Amino acid sequence: MPLTLTLREPPTVPLETEGLSPDRLATRRRGEIEALTVWHGNRRAQLADFFAVSGNGGEELRVEGDLRRVKFLGAGMTDGRLTVAGDAGMHTGADMRGGELVVEGDVGDFAGVNMHGGRLVVEGSAGHQLGGAHPGERAGMRGGEILVHGDAGDQVGTGLRRGLIAVAGRVGDAAGLRMLAGTIVALGGLGAPPGAAMRRGTIVAMSHVTLLPTFAFACSYRPPFLRLYLRHLRALGLPLTDDQIEGRYARWCGDGLELRRGEILILEAGR
Amino acid sequence: MRLSDAEVVDTFAEAFPMWGARIIITAESPAWAHEAARSLTGFATSVIGCKCEAGIERELDPAETPDGRAGVSALLFASDREGLAKRLVERIGQSVLTCPTTACFNGLDGPETVDVGGQLRFFGDGYQASKLLDGRRYWRVPVMEGEFLVEERFAIAEGVAGGNIIILSRDVAGALRAAEAAAAAMRTVREVILPFPGGIVRSGSKVGSRYSGLVASTNESLCPTLRAQVPHTDVPPDVGSVLEIVIDGLTLEAVRDAMARGLEAAARAGASHVTAGNYGGNLGPHRIDLRDLVPALRDD
Repeated sequence: MPLTLTLREPPTVPLETEGLSPDRLATRRRGEIEALTVWHGNRRAQLADFFAVSGNGGEELRVEGDLRRVKFLGAGMTDGRLTVAGDAGMHTGADMRGGELVVEGDVGDFAGVNMHGGRLVVEGSAGHQLGGAHPGERAGMRGGEILVHGDAGDQVGTGLRRGLIAVAGRVGDAAGLRMLAGTIVALGGLGAPPGAAMRRGTIVAMSHVTLLPTFAFACSYRPPFLRLYLRHLRALGLPLTDDQIEGRYARWCGDGLELRRGEILILEAGR
Repeated sequence: MRLSDAEVVDTFAEAFPMWGARIIITAESPAWAHEAARSLTGFATSVIGCKCEAGIERELDPAETPDGRAGVSALLFASDREGLAKRLVERIGQSVLTCPTTACFNGLDGPETVDVGGQLRFFGDGYQASKLLDGRRYWRVPVMEGEFLVEERFAIAEGVAGGNIIILSRDVAGALRAAEAAAAAMRTVREVILPFPGGIVRSGSKVGSRYSGLVASTNESLCPTLRAQVPHTDVPPDVGSVLEIVIDGLTLEAVRDAMARGLEAAARAGASHVTAGNYGGNLGPHRIDLRDLVPALRDD
């Protein structure tokens, strides 16, 4: 049985759990884990005040309970696998550098913010600022992959510098705001206006998108690299169709107020 | 030693290390993937005159390629790492980048890699873009037809060159029939290529020449027309034609396997004799005895 932390009852105010990741707990004894510091609002507390600890340490960690008010789950993790059984709070997977974090429910805002590597999988939906930047920072996510099986909120991939964000459902407004590079794939609709102030990078949409007038149409074609990306996402369990993988995409370049080196690829009807 | 009706000479092939890479080419149709692969592997029969040896390894199903399109796998060998890196850039740049609808990927795993796409990207003249997926970087080079996608780094590995069998027959038709059967059998082996035209070479060579500056010249001891002129001949009296098949491979095991299949096929197809070329054991570290290749020969 993997090391399992079970939340006894939902905290009344947000509980911050930075450091709860498999790589950091793998070598610790149970007493050390129970004594780890967590922040309940503005109060310092011990992990055992909120969680029951069971199982053995290793490369796998499981966290259970109503975790909607638990923040920073898996933040900074570098290796191993963390499974969150249910919903998770804000900043889940923030600053991740490796390993795999699977949330079996929804995640709050700022999930995967400033991520550098690894894979964050959200089986439900994600809030705003998915894969975005810490407040005040220019660059957001710098590497790794975020897969969301449900919807995602506004400003997905703000300041994205490198990495892949894929959302099976609908993506909210202002996706790819000020993005520097990297790739955002929205399978179920994309709010307006995507790619505002983007310098480089790719936003992929599978249906009509309202674009800023600072984007210019280039051509309609089948981007060779996109086949790799979409096949990769299908292998990871996202619902990609052959029409999407083999289809033609309209290429719009922008943002013209910046370098115009970015692109928004929009699937065209029919192959 | 007898195998079918062929006399198998109790000798060995002498193989030596070469550095190899596997290139995966995909395209909108198998025909265009083949066009690129043929061009890529053209004029690459021998390091002596071509600086590399290359050939098509096999066709790939869409399920086997990175982008899900039909493809071809080719192997390219050169004497050293630096030479291999140069040949990859030259040949992919001239033969794959230029070919309509193709994309080009590394087909080997291994710790040692050389920069290919990272060099070819400069053709994009500043409009190129890169993508990093699953730890691999790809370059998107804009071209008139659309976009050329090429992987940045190609793995290279130390392989084996110089595997060979030599097929003797009463006349050209018989030698060709046996050699074609042998080449067809060898092509069923993965990780090997037969770099000569159709897999078969009629001009086996020896090291050096009486003329200064020539590093290789005709192997007169296996030329039937010279049997009465040379001080030593390896051509039996009833033999009128000799053909050779050279095999390069990523592993010694694959080269041995190809030689074994070729030897059996040539014997079945009517070769009167089968032998192998070597340099007296002085050139390469790998010795492949014909006796050890086929179980029926071991007890002979």
